[in-house]
Formats: sequence, structure tokens, C-alpha cells
Amino acid sequence: MSDRQDVWITGTGLVSALGEGLDQHWDALMAGGTPPYDDKTFAPYITFPTKPINYDTQIPKKGDQRQMEAWQRIGVYAAGLALTDAGIAKNAEILDKTDMIVAAGGGERDVAVDSSILTDVRGVEKRDAFVNERLMSDLRPTLFLAQLPNLLAGNISLVHGVVGSSRTFMGEEASGADALRVAHARIAAGQSDICLVGGAYNGTRWDLVLLFSLGTPLLEAPFRPVWDRGPEGALALAAMGAFVVIESRAHAEKRGAKPVARLTNVQSNRNPRQAGDTTSTLLDEWKTIENLVDPKSAVVISGASGAEPATSEERDALGRIGLPVRATTTYIGNGMEAQFLANIAIGCQAVRMGTLFPASGVGDTGEAPSGGIRQAVVTNVGHWRGEGLALIERVD
Amino acid sequence: MSGTGLRDTKGRPVVVITGMGIVSPLGSGKEDNWKRLTAGESGIRSITRFPTEGLRTTISGAVDHVYEEGMVSSELSEKLARLAGNEAIEQSGIAKGDFPGPFFLAFPPIEIEWSQRYALASASGANEKIEYADLVRAATKPEFRPFYEESKYGVVPERLAEHFGTKGSPISLTTACASGATAIQLGVEAIQRGECDAALAIGADGSITAESVVRFSLLSALSTNNGSPSGASRPFSKNRDGFVLAEGAGAVVLESYDHAVARGAKILAVVEGCGEKADNFHRTRSSPDGKPVITCMRYALADAGVTPADVDYINAHGTSTPENDKMEYLGVSTVFGDRLKDIPISSNKSMIGHTLTAAGAIEAVVSALTIINQRIPPTINYEVPDPLIPLDVVPNAARDAKVRRVISNSFGFGGQNTCLVITGEPN
Repeated sequence: MSDRQDVWITGTGLVSALGEGLDQHWDALMAGGTPPYDDKTFAPYITFPTKPINYDTQIPKKGDQRQMEAWQRIGVYAAGLALTDAGIAKNAEILDKTDMIVAAGGGERDVAVDSSILTDVRGVEKRDAFVNERLMSDLRPTLFLAQLPNLLAGNISLVHGVVGSSRTFMGEEASGADALRVAHARIAAGQSDICLVGGAYNGTRWDLVLLFSLGTPLLEAPFRPVWDRGPEGALALAAMGAFVVIESRAHAEKRGAKPVARLTNVQSNRNPRQAGDTTSTLLDEWKTIENLVDPKSAVVISGASGAEPATSEERDALGRIGLPVRATTTYIGNGMEAQFLANIAIGCQAVRMGTLFPASGVGDTGEAPSGGIRQAVVTNVGHWRGEGLALIERVD
Repeated sequence: MSGTGLRDTKGRPVVVITGMGIVSPLGSGKEDNWKRLTAGESGIRSITRFPTEGLRTTISGAVDHVYEEGMVSSELSEKLARLAGNEAIEQSGIAKGDFPGPFFLAFPPIEIEWSQRYALASASGANEKIEYADLVRAATKPEFRPFYEESKYGVVPERLAEHFGTKGSPISLTTACASGATAIQLGVEAIQRGECDAALAIGADGSITAESVVRFSLLSALSTNNGSPSGASRPFSKNRDGFVLAEGAGAVVLESYDHAVARGAKILAVVEGCGEKADNFHRTRSSPDGKPVITCMRYALADAGVTPADVDYINAHGTSTPENDKMEYLGVSTVFGDRLKDIPISSNKSMIGHTLTAAGAIEAVVSALTIINQRIPPTINYEVPDPLIPLDVVPNAARDAKVRRVISNSFGFGGQNTCLVITGEPN
């Protein structure tokens, strides 16, 4: 292996309830106020739909759009924004060598078909045979392709021509940190020059509202910031897509690309979530980067989910670390596989703008350092498992 | 990286396999599977797990010897991963429950299943049309809590990480039918980076349900040769008509050569190289010019630091679909040229069926067994050769042969292609 390479973020693409692109996100965050949630569609639960997206600008063929479900369209769109931002969209020579690691959920179901089968099957004597026949006649053949997690990456290859390689990681929030960690490690070690990394999620779906209502509290009115959701905690499912292009500094300089930020360190770990585990894993991760961080010009962009006790444990750890903290989930909701990448993108904007948005809730502490922000520590504490941490730095 | 241990031609730590496990419709364990694979037996049978009335395909390679009544896909897949992983770790001699490295798990996408939807619908008390809102109302009852863990992507890798005692965040992944090979590639790369001395890679898939059969049927991917289950998977034959869904798991313990030698482990094989290349031709079909799979094989050979002349056997992707086998022929004939007539190429899927997420891992294990035993498992059901695919498919009967190096191909939906180059113990 060659010596360790500097890894730069050279493009970002972000879509959420706050809009698209870092500037729209930053403006909305700085404005503060009531987040743009929806408390009607899935009442009594609160969700965060994306703002309306004109998919045609990144997915020009209607046929391609039809072959995808919403989570894939959101992801392909955000990936296109990142490739465009990095200046490599439509650059076939670079895209041919561009690797890709996508964090993805999947399983978008045809809710109408499910509902009608469940309604009609009552009282039918041969239930399984009846359902077999209905599935054979009612399911759209291409729906399967909208359900497979790896078909987000597949659609990115098709629509944007990213064909160096394609890997899809699964497993809620942790998979986003795993994806970025592996992509970063591969570039740092010289196994890859450039990689598109990201995730997409559409939590504004009945089948996912059903899944989470089986096992974890979902947020109901009144809306509360992520830190203030009581001892049981609560999630607010969201739609979002977040991608970054990362590459070796040498690769970026050779093609004349400017860095958005340096991606200095990415960690992803797990523990069995006994009392205190999340706090101690985060503090262990912090210890490995502590000597790289200047407390006078660093902030934390927290990916706290609102689930408890993980969110309180994260607050405990961040209190001991002592940097100013802002949690974004209050404003954009829970985007699972996309969450960490969304926060990486927002962290890039924090070091670029040098300011912090207004605090919201008991865990948002401190103010932006008066001398500007040079470093952002981004956390990723999954609602159920996974503790991740990244350090991004301003490049002058 | 620095260090004084054994390095490959690119200066990377040599990555070896020191433990292997396998479960397939043919049986559990290497011994049983190898015996049946080399006897040319088929694991394909009529489906008995659920009623097949109304389905176009009624055969599969379901692991009936592992399945327990009422299991959902995530439970069966987890059990398969556990069985294969336990066998691999036991063979490696590494302490149970304390695996000294990361975990890469190729695992099928899972979701709430029909049996669970029925239970929720019934508990909802809805009298008129049943909507998802009704299911959601019923969902918070404590008796349905198990459905949650059975349907979340992160749960099984987490449980298995606890069981095996692997280190760090377990990575579960999918690259469709290449997933098992990708899991191995991720482990190999982590060791090559010097990030760890050992890695556990498993591919498992126990996801045959009525709906999964329907989904593949609607894509016209499955064989409908229901009258002759054992004869249905016919890779490279003229009368091939689709693949046969199957279940199973393959597991490998990967280590740096130095780590394996230092602890006195027996080295079973070397993973010399990995290649991957994405295809952007179509969601389910490969580029007709074969370029992505050609590039993928060439990358794998280059990564291994070898040439086509150094390959003795090809473990084919060989799904038995009209398109895959034709495209794979185009790929291997381009990469291997005139030498192809001297290289046997066989498909384990003729006997096992297509284990989807697990296939790449199972076939890597079989590739290593082929080298260890110097015997090539056949392509069975090869009665009507396809004149457009002139290959030495090792028809119908196993063959003793000198096999020093294998390339194992895995190609999947969504443009996923991964190839592994596996060889014997380094001299």
C-alpha cells in the first residue's frame, strides 16, 4: 500500500425538508423558527417530507423516473447534485473510475396492493393460493427493482454513469457512517482515487411508519426539538438524500478541483447499548481525534436521533467534550441511512460559513467561535445501534 | 504499510483463508456439500414450505433441512449465517465468540412479511377496507414487538456480531447476486490496508417466500421447468430457461498470511485478487458488448498480478438464464481467448440453484475446495449443448484436474460485477 493520502470532500448534494443544496439548507437553518414538518399525512405522527423536487433536472428521462420509487429518485437526484458540485457530472473518463458506496434501505411496497389484498383475503378459504394469484396479477413487475436496496446505486450508474464500482451497505444510521468510513479508508490507503458516497431514505411512507411503530416511539404533537422528547424519546421519519464526492488530494489537484473541506477522520463502531455504552463509545472515538481538534475553532454537528436513552447519552458525552453543539435532526427529521451524510454536508457548510444556526433544545449548547469555524466534529448515533464520528476541516 | 511479513506483488499483506463454512440445499457443512457436488447431485425440489397454487414456478433450492416452521426470511437467513460462520471459525481454530477482526455480511433485504401483515390486520379490528393506518394502530401492541426486530436491516448483523464477537461496526451489504463476493472483497481490502489482521466474511440468504418467487417470476427470470426439479437448472445448455431460486450460506475466515502463520493456523487458500466493475446498461440486463464483465475479470487478474494464462479453472456465475450464460461466454472468451478451450468452466448453480446474496461466498468456498481436492465439480443437466456457447463445462461428472488458480465470477442485477482470484497455499 502507498502512503496515506489526504482525503478531500469536493462535492456535496443534499435534499431534505429544508430544500436542496447547502445554501438553501443553511439559509433555512439560520432562519430558525418552526421546522417544516408535516403533522397531517401520517397523523398522529410527525414526518418531514422533502420540499417539492423538479427531478427532470437530474433525471431527464421520464422512463428512468418511472422505474424508481421516491426513495431512489431522491437519492439519484442528490447524487447528481454532488457530482455536479464536484465538477465531474457527465465526465465519462472520471466517472468510469469513480467508485460508489451507497447506504440504503429499501422495500418500498405498493401500499394499495397490500391493502386491497388484506381486505379481500378475509374469509377466503385458501388464503395462500388466493394471495399468490393476486400478487402475480397485481404487482407491477418493475416494483421489485424499486425495492432492492442496491438499485439505488444501480440507478445512479444508469442515470449518472458512475461505473467504477458499486457497493451498497444496509443497516439504518450506522450504514451511512460505515459507507463513509470504508470509502475514506480506501482513498487514504490508495485503494481508490475518488468515490461517491451517500444515502437516501423516504420515511414518509406508510410501510415505514408501520415498521417503526412496531418497536420505537414516533413523534406526535406537540413538536419538540430532538433533545427534548421525554424519557421514551421519539423519531420523526423524514425523506432525505445526501451524497458527497470524496477524493484524494492528489486526484483533486490533478483535475483542478477545489476542496469543500478535508475529511480527516471517520469512525464507526457499535456496542450492545447497555446503560452508558453510547457515552463511552463516543468518548473513546473522541479521544482518537482530540489532539487534532482546536477547541477555539471547532463545533459539533450532532446527528442525535431523538431516541432514548441514546440521545441523552450523546448529550452527556458532548457535554464532556465541551464544544458548541447543534443537532440537525430537529430541523430535517430522521433520514436513517442518509442521516450521517446529510450531517457531513451540513458540517461542510458550517466550516465554510464560519457561523452556527440558532440553538434549539437543551442539547444545543454554546455559540459559534468568534474567530470562525475551522473544524466540525460530526456525530452519528443510531436510534438503535451504531456510534460514529467524523472530523471535517476547512482547507484554505 | 510497512512490515516484514509476506507481501504480494503489490507490496500488500497476502490474504489467506483459514476457515470455511457452507450450507446449501445439498446439505450442511463442507464435507457433505463437497461429496454431493462432486457426485453431481441436485438440491432442487418442489416447494413444500408454502402452497404454490397460482405460481408460475413451483421449484426451488430451499434449505428444508435448516428451516423451522414459521420462520421469516430474516430468521432463516440469520440461522444460515450462524451455521456457516460457526463452521468456518471452528476450522480456523480461532476462539469461539471472540473473533479478532471486522465482520462483513452479505444479507438479503428483509421486510415485514405476509404472515405478520395478516396478524396485524386481524388485530386492527377493521371491518371495512383495511388500510395501512389500521395496521399502524394495531402495531404498538407489545405482542408485535418481535416483528420490528425481524424486519430491520441492522438487527441481524448486530446479533451475529455479538455471537461471533467480531470487532467494530458490522457491515451488512448487498450487491445483488454479487453480494457474497463483495463481502469477501471488503474483508480482503481491510486486511490489505493493514486495518486488521483478520476478517470474517459471510454471505447468507434464506429468503424464499411466495412473494419472492412472484417477484422474480414477474421479471421472467425463473425456470418454469416444474416437472423436473433436479433437471431445471441447466447452465450453458441450449434449453436453459431461467435460474432456480435457492438458499444457503458461505463463510470464510480471512487473515493476513503472517497472522495465520504466527498462530499456527492451517492455510487453506489465498485470495490473490478482487475485481469489480459496475454496468450502466440496464437495471436487470448486462451490457450486450460484455465490456463490464470483461473489465471486471481483467481487473481481478491484474489485482492478483497474474495473466489469463495462469488460470486453470473458472467457477462460473452460470445462472442458467438465457442472457447471463451467453454474456458470460462472451466475457470469458474475450478475456481468455484461444486458451479458453483448455480451461474448464463449471457452474455450481446447476446443482445448488442460485442462492442470490450467498452465491458469491458459497462459490468462493467451492473454488477453494476445488483447489484443495484437485477435483472440479461438474455442470449437471448438460444434455443439449448450446452451439453458441462452446465451453468445456465439465459436463455432468466431476473431473480430477490440476487446479492451481481459480477465477470465481459473480454478476448481478443493478450492474453489479465482482470477480475473485483464488489460489492454493503460497510456496
